Amino acid sequence: MTELFGIPVQALLGQLMLGLVNGSFYAILSLGLAVIFGMLNIVNFAHGALYMVGAFFAWMLLNYAGIGYWAALLLAPIGVGLIGVVIEKTMLQWLRQLDHLYGLLLTFGLALILEGVFREFYGSSGLPYDLPDVFRGVFDLGFMMLPKYRVWVIVMSIVLCGATWFMIEKTRLGAYLRAGTENPQLVQAFGVNVPLLITFTYAFGVGLAGLAGVMAAPIYQVSPLMGSNIIIVVFAVVVIGGMGSILGSIVTGLALGLIEGLTKVFFAEASTTVVFVIMAIVLLLRPAGLFGREK
Amino acid sequence: MNRALLYAVLLLALLVAPWIGYPVFLMKALCFALFASAFNLLIGFTGLLSFGHAMFFGFSAYVAAHAAKVWGLTPELAVVCGTLSATAIGIVTGWLAVRRQGIYFAMVTLALAQMIYFICVQAPFTYAEDGIQGVPRGQLLGLFALANDTVMYYFVLGVFLIGFLLIHRIVHSPFGQVLKSIRENEARALSLGYHVDRYKLMAFVLSATIAGMAGATKALALGLATLTDVSWQMSGEVVLMTLLGGMGTILGPSVGAAIIVTMQNYLADLGSWVTTIMGATFVICVLVFRRGIVGEIAHRFGRH
Amino acid sequence: MKRHLKTSAIALATATLLGLCVTPLQAQQGKLSGDSVKIGVLTDMSGVYADYGGPGAVAAAKMAVQDFGGKMFGKPIEVVNADHQNKPDIAKNVTQQWFDRDGVDMTVENLNSAVALTVQGLAKEKNKISIITGAATARLTNEDCAPGNGIHYLMDTIALSNVVGKAIVKDGGDSWFFLTADYAFGHSLEKDTGEVVKATGGSVKGAVRHPLATTDFSSFLLQAQSSGAKVIGLANAGGDTVNSIKAAAEFGLTKKQNLAALLMLLTDVHALGLNTAQGLYLTEGWYWDLNDESRKWASRYEAVMKKKPNSNHASVYSATMHYLKAVQAAGTDDTAAVMKKMQETPINDMFAKNGQLRPDGRMVHDMYLFQVKKPSESKGAWDYYHLKGTIKGEEAFQSLANSRCPAFKK
Repeated sequence: MTELFGIPVQALLGQLMLGLVNGSFYAILSLGLAVIFGMLNIVNFAHGALYMVGAFFAWMLLNYAGIGYWAALLLAPIGVGLIGVVIEKTMLQWLRQLDHLYGLLLTFGLALILEGVFREFYGSSGLPYDLPDVFRGVFDLGFMMLPKYRVWVIVMSIVLCGATWFMIEKTRLGAYLRAGTENPQLVQAFGVNVPLLITFTYAFGVGLAGLAGVMAAPIYQVSPLMGSNIIIVVFAVVVIGGMGSILGSIVTGLALGLIEGLTKVFFAEASTTVVFVIMAIVLLLRPAGLFGREK
Repeated sequence: MNRALLYAVLLLALLVAPWIGYPVFLMKALCFALFASAFNLLIGFTGLLSFGHAMFFGFSAYVAAHAAKVWGLTPELAVVCGTLSATAIGIVTGWLAVRRQGIYFAMVTLALAQMIYFICVQAPFTYAEDGIQGVPRGQLLGLFALANDTVMYYFVLGVFLIGFLLIHRIVHSPFGQVLKSIRENEARALSLGYHVDRYKLMAFVLSATIAGMAGATKALALGLATLTDVSWQMSGEVVLMTLLGGMGTILGPSVGAAIIVTMQNYLADLGSWVTTIMGATFVICVLVFRRGIVGEIAHRFGRH
Repeated sequence: MKRHLKTSAIALATATLLGLCVTPLQAQQGKLSGDSVKIGVLTDMSGVYADYGGPGAVAAAKMAVQDFGGKMFGKPIEVVNADHQNKPDIAKNVTQQWFDRDGVDMTVENLNSAVALTVQGLAKEKNKISIITGAATARLTNEDCAPGNGIHYLMDTIALSNVVGKAIVKDGGDSWFFLTADYAFGHSLEKDTGEVVKATGGSVKGAVRHPLATTDFSSFLLQAQSSGAKVIGLANAGGDTVNSIKAAAEFGLTKKQNLAALLMLLTDVHALGLNTAQGLYLTEGWYWDLNDESRKWASRYEAVMKKKPNSNHASVYSATMHYLKAVQAAGTDDTAAVMKKMQETPINDMFAKNGQLRPDGRMVHDMYLFQVKKPSESKGAWDYYHLKGTIKGEEAFQSLANSRCPAFKK
């Protein structure tokens, strides 16, 4: 068995791949957070909870309606997006004139509500969601086993992130979004329906989270706690990457996933804290974040 | 003059309370009231939302518990140890956190608190899941045994009063005025020549210290220091207590704390609904009840 | 200015009165009466371990009271319950109130090792009885024992390691690698099982520690895979165990290596699904499909809870019944007298045959080694286990001679 730094190559590459998978989720979630923050100036604490709701929708579709993974990939995010519309229209829009902190507090409350309700009805030991058959099994590369599903997740995430980036940076809709962030009054004066844009942005952002939830369902258990487990790490990712840049969130998410994976190989006990340690270091050296633009 | 009367009435009520109510419950309420008041120093008077205050409360609880149980220190020394540990963490985390503002500040405190949480999970002296149990109350100053709940209550009340008076003093001092000005308009304060960052850090450390006092006392009063005390849920709870009671009011956080602690106790049967109810309270407070109970009443009656 | 103060005064006086009003209410709830028997079921109703105990445990206790006749010496037996939400603070609060003011004589279930230690400590302090079923830490009958007040009824980390460890090594699984939850419970489970494996002639190739509540075990399992050990011992519980197993299945680990879930209950298998859980070795103190008696009781439970009971639920029923019978035989609910009767009488019911309560609080009974069925072998929901072996209580549990309980240490 070939070894690198005392670790078998098989293990090392395996960890890197797994880190990439985790990083994909971090990337998608921090992407959604960044998009929402850019447009609404709200840090959506409920992002994790809505990711969890996405996973639950997939589970419900399968268990109550017999609808499988592929349809769920489309339906669950739409469902979560609709919830996002409701949240934005009934609650968030009243906070637009207030200090941004209230948005954080409101979404924190929403996260608690969602978690409490789902925990009440579904417990918290988690529900199984089986892999779709086409993804069962591994690619046996000799030096490591590569589960097919994880490869799919990485590919899907990169496509998703790329598509989102493209939409925001290269399309007209994206241009409106970016303009609306800079100067909503002016954009409104030009006849663009800014409130609609805002609602759409929020729905889109949480829809992304919901989609991540569906993709996560076969890997982790579908549990009401899955959102809160991940959201704080994603916050740290966002602080490290800086919330100004879409590309920044994606790159940071992936990179941190990789670093976490490496830490698991060399120093397993630190794997939960390494992201926060990096955040502390970044705060010391580059407070605006690696890709951020301080306001 | 009227305010003095008000405080006298409340003090009397607190002195008499253990003979009417259940001392253990009252002690818990007092500890959280102090915790929330310390938190309020930061959000209500300086305008900084810290989403990680549990790290001060909980870590101090662990240190105090360890000091009392393993090192065998007397209760007042154990509380001092705990408090000092909270101060230390406050200095380090504060220094890191004040480099960012507003939302980022909140997120940084949250993330740093989570780091402390995970450190507590790993550290051998905290016994992770089990927590530190059977923390002895010992003898105050080596003289007065605190095993009796009612006697311990007065110790806790003493600590609470010290902390509360300290906060009162800070708020009504020139330093406190500067903090309020930072809350109102940081840029203006800066332009007036104040070293805003230093004031923020000072407020942060003070808040951390008093939160640490609360945590250490709680550990001794309830005999436990657990992971719950350093969890992000705990950080969220103290925010809720302050929001509900009234941010920026002196007595609001204590009222909020009393209500939340009572609610958790009373509604323990409802299980997960408690989480949902707390979330709903958050949402309602943010949407329609931003001043909180004390703030709202003061506002209403102030306008006759 | 004056208005402000007046309003504040009103506000705060009201609030204080409110606060004070609430606490007397709690004082009046339930008087201490030596005559009526009051049982408290403390469990996790909604958290990570809600399926281990939870509402099912409450139902089981109530079934026992019902079967007993509902009355003790003419007075109705009361069952109260509370959700500790896996927080020792809440557990302590509730139990203290139960013992101090609500007249609860005995508390049962108490899963979660941290909670169990707190409750047993309180029982000792207040001279009441605590029966722990769902928690596993062996400290309850060793370093933190409370003979005369605390009973550890179902299983502990030593029994778990003895049964699974020994059996698997004898079955050919002689090289082990541990996946351990990085806290006290996981460490002791790893240590105890490692000792048993070595004593039985096996070897331990290594271990990897994972943080509690990890969602992704793939990286840890990679290390387990490269160790080449025949058996991967899962020294964790609840969600961690379930996630480890899922990940192992996903990586095709189970093709070449065997998993041993050191603490796992029927409800976890149900959560995993047979597809993923098949082939797993595990140990429980009871299974609903063991014999006619157990099947009968399980059906009754299922009628109420709509799912089959696990060993914890069954043990709550058995323990409650045993307690009630002891109170009846002793003629009083005085702690010392009841404990004496409970130790004198062997336990013979649908849960255990010739179960014996020892002076150190340990209830010694048979443990069973199971292997999870393949989906094709299962005839329906909850039909999950092959019985692979029965291990006698004296072999499974630590002997009194080896106890680290101060009262019994040599």
